[in-house]
Amino acid sequence: MDIQLKSNAPTGEISQRWEKHRFDMKLVNPANKRKYNVIVVGSGLAGGAAAASLGELGYNVKCFCYQDSPRRAHSIAAQGGINAAKNYQNDGDSIYRLFYDTVKGGDFRARESNVFRLAEISVNIIDQCAAQGVPFAREYSGHLANRSFGGAQVSRTFYARGQTGQQLLLGAYQALWKQIADGKVKMYPRTEMLDRVVVNGRARGIIVRDMVSGKIEAQMADAVILATGGYGNVFYLSTNAKGCNVMAAWRAHRRGALFANPCYTQIHPTCIPVSGDHQSKLTLMSESLRNDGRVWVPKRKEDVGKAPGSIAEADRDYYLERKYPSFGNLVPRDIASRNAKDVCDEGRGVGPGGLGVYLDFADAIKRLGEAAVAERYGNLFDMYERITGENPYKVPMRIFPAIHYTMGGLWVDYNLMSNVPGLFVGGEANFSDHGANRLGASALMQGLADGYFVLPYTVGHYLAQQKLEPVDANTAETKAALAAVNDRVNKLLSIKGTRSADSFHKELGKLCWDKCGMARDATGLGEALKRIPELRDEFWKNLRVPGTGAELNQSLEKAGRVADFLEFAELMCLDALQREESCGGHFRTEFQTEEGEAKRDDEKFSYVAAWEWKGVGEPPVLHKEHLDFEYVHPSQRSYK
Amino acid sequence: MMRLKLHVWRQKSGGTQGSFADYDMTDVSADMSFLEMLDVLNEKLTADGSDPIAFDHDCREGICGACGMVVNGEPHGPRKATTTCQLHMRSFKDGDELWIEPWRAEAFPVIKDLVVDRSAFDRVIQAGGYISVRSGSAPEANSTLVPKLDADAAFDAAQCIGCGACVAACPNASAMLFVSAKVSHLGHLPQGQPERYARVRKMVAQMDAEGFGGCTNHKECEAACPKEISISHIARLNRDLLKAQLTAAEEKKVSESA
Repeated sequence: MDIQLKSNAPTGEISQRWEKHRFDMKLVNPANKRKYNVIVVGSGLAGGAAAASLGELGYNVKCFCYQDSPRRAHSIAAQGGINAAKNYQNDGDSIYRLFYDTVKGGDFRARESNVFRLAEISVNIIDQCAAQGVPFAREYSGHLANRSFGGAQVSRTFYARGQTGQQLLLGAYQALWKQIADGKVKMYPRTEMLDRVVVNGRARGIIVRDMVSGKIEAQMADAVILATGGYGNVFYLSTNAKGCNVMAAWRAHRRGALFANPCYTQIHPTCIPVSGDHQSKLTLMSESLRNDGRVWVPKRKEDVGKAPGSIAEADRDYYLERKYPSFGNLVPRDIASRNAKDVCDEGRGVGPGGLGVYLDFADAIKRLGEAAVAERYGNLFDMYERITGENPYKVPMRIFPAIHYTMGGLWVDYNLMSNVPGLFVGGEANFSDHGANRLGASALMQGLADGYFVLPYTVGHYLAQQKLEPVDANTAETKAALAAVNDRVNKLLSIKGTRSADSFHKELGKLCWDKCGMARDATGLGEALKRIPELRDEFWKNLRVPGTGAELNQSLEKAGRVADFLEFAELMCLDALQREESCGGHFRTEFQTEEGEAKRDDEKFSYVAAWEWKGVGEPPVLHKEHLDFEYVHPSQRSYK
Repeated sequence: MMRLKLHVWRQKSGGTQGSFADYDMTDVSADMSFLEMLDVLNEKLTADGSDPIAFDHDCREGICGACGMVVNGEPHGPRKATTTCQLHMRSFKDGDELWIEPWRAEAFPVIKDLVVDRSAFDRVIQAGGYISVRSGSAPEANSTLVPKLDADAAFDAAQCIGCGACVAACPNASAMLFVSAKVSHLGHLPQGQPERYARVRKMVAQMDAEGFGGCTNHKECEAACPKEISISHIARLNRDLLKAQLTAAEEKKVSESA
């Protein structure tokens, strides 16, 4: 395949680009919209919002999700908030500042045009959600309230207690069900996408499995949108929901879509540490806790086993405040995480296995009173107590970083279309707006921007320019994809070995965390790249999946997802190996400043790494999209 | 480490008969979540060549609403304000015997083992549980002020995770707490006023059509709700419904005389 990566980003004054592009885009005649079928895979913020918005416009939409209801998409778990450049606090915020902060926060590895559009649209999102009845936090005057969030010096984060994602998702979910009621969207819950159909080089459908009956069938359309979330579960333990997987994106990749920057993974600094081998997931505690909590470990290794209350103030190391006096405990996520790893590596970590640091609210309780602290963080404190059995009002919380979000994803142009015409990608599943590191409260913003305000225009722009031939389940390409999916399902069921899919997943996850986690180096990545294919071979020889394909079979679902993680993990490590620099969430120990900070190499690596699939075990081909910075000039990030 | 005796409801599919199967669990750590305990059992069942137990779960942090099972007669188990996924084994003691069942309600048919079909909830929302606003047509957010107390009350109701524990707990398998939470969430906000009475009428009609029972004030729903949603929302729903029925009659009279 001869691939030319064209961002299709407009040129000219950055603040006019989206406006101009919206005018330049082709429109579909209102009477013709009902003649087009659009498939949306995923029903979270990006997918749910896109399906609802496209339905409103008049397209025929089919929306698919693996959960039993679209309301359960993992967007629901986002706690902290959503950024918007409203400047309601009069503290100097602006669209340009949000743009600037996001490009800088992403360590200069995002496309400027996209990021500016995101900042521009952010204000419309808040309007839209408030009108839908999202119960945002309010001041006594009835105005919307804001708070500041990790890495930002202005208060631009809108929130609904610690459940912002839930409330925004329910807004999108309700808008979606209105369209379902109006007959414009048809919903397919408990349905998993297993492959994609490409006809004449264009995305024309998907192959799905009804997870209750086991029926495998083709669904055809004129355009396909993937909004299927991130790949954080390749690490097994992450803050993602158990069902989150890379399958839809990976199947699209195997059929020609480029996968960009898979090594950019975000580690969230404030998660509850692992308690034992049975651990099935990690629980995030909102980053907002860092507004009032102080992070520390004992100064001396000998003190780690002592009760925290018995360690004198002088014997504590508030290492973030010490090293980063101006941002203190509010440094960006990657820096907070790496510093936690460093102190644990020095043997100063606390709790089981020495993998934890304290997040202490004693000062906040003294300053504000217990009631005020409870008002702000009560639900988080309760959650912590339920999981650990410890009361954070009395003893400091223990936290440790965990995989939380993935910045990499399918490559898309400015229109959020992949290199395969007709295949669009929204939300966490695409690579676009966060560069090498995402700032807090920006994921919800991006998902909803893509879903409500970008895809509804760009999908129409694509459709208006096409002459699409009719396709159905009997089209040769569809038949071939159906046959391939059936073969694969049968193969998974017929191995009849001795190990469960979960046991392979755990082993793969540990390997990825050790070799491609918070810090990476060439040696470790080389080891992972040697071990992953071995593990994959063993999987296909020794997997055991009980039951049949013609029923609800959670082991079979899991096996299919783990099979794809076993291929994806290799690409992630390869990408981490080729990127011989440190940037954002990608920290290569060989490339750091004297002070131990990430050292970028803009000369050599100011590009998006977009990988082309060549087959299992075959080296993928790297395509580069060069990144130009006309407005925010690359500089060394400093949060000192 | 604890030893537990489990009796788990096993049912091959919706159309078949189910029954309890017994399992002895050894080495249960107090730090495990309830679902992690079942993961351990499922790994063992898989290794032994048996079918693992099917159960719904996803986020495992108490917010997606996917999980839910009845433990010793209590939806989501013994701990107050806690979903099954957040219930930890330290809530039990060595030697305990646990009866684990799916939600039992006519409107939630069993699909397999502990998995039930809760799509009736989605259809109740579809009937009117939204505010109609086209993408892009919203006014500037601060142009409509919402008193903090109203916003807080709306939020309290909006916290519902749609897990269905309220239905499972109710002797009548009524969905009134679920429906009232949505009616109350949207009804507390100025944006929700134009559709307020049509909404309650349509949602209640759909709830009845789905086969949920009526509310006779047992209050079991409130006790079982992992988000502690108050039954005061049910009272509010009833007031709105009464008003809605009166205005519907008025509207009908007006249209007939015209």
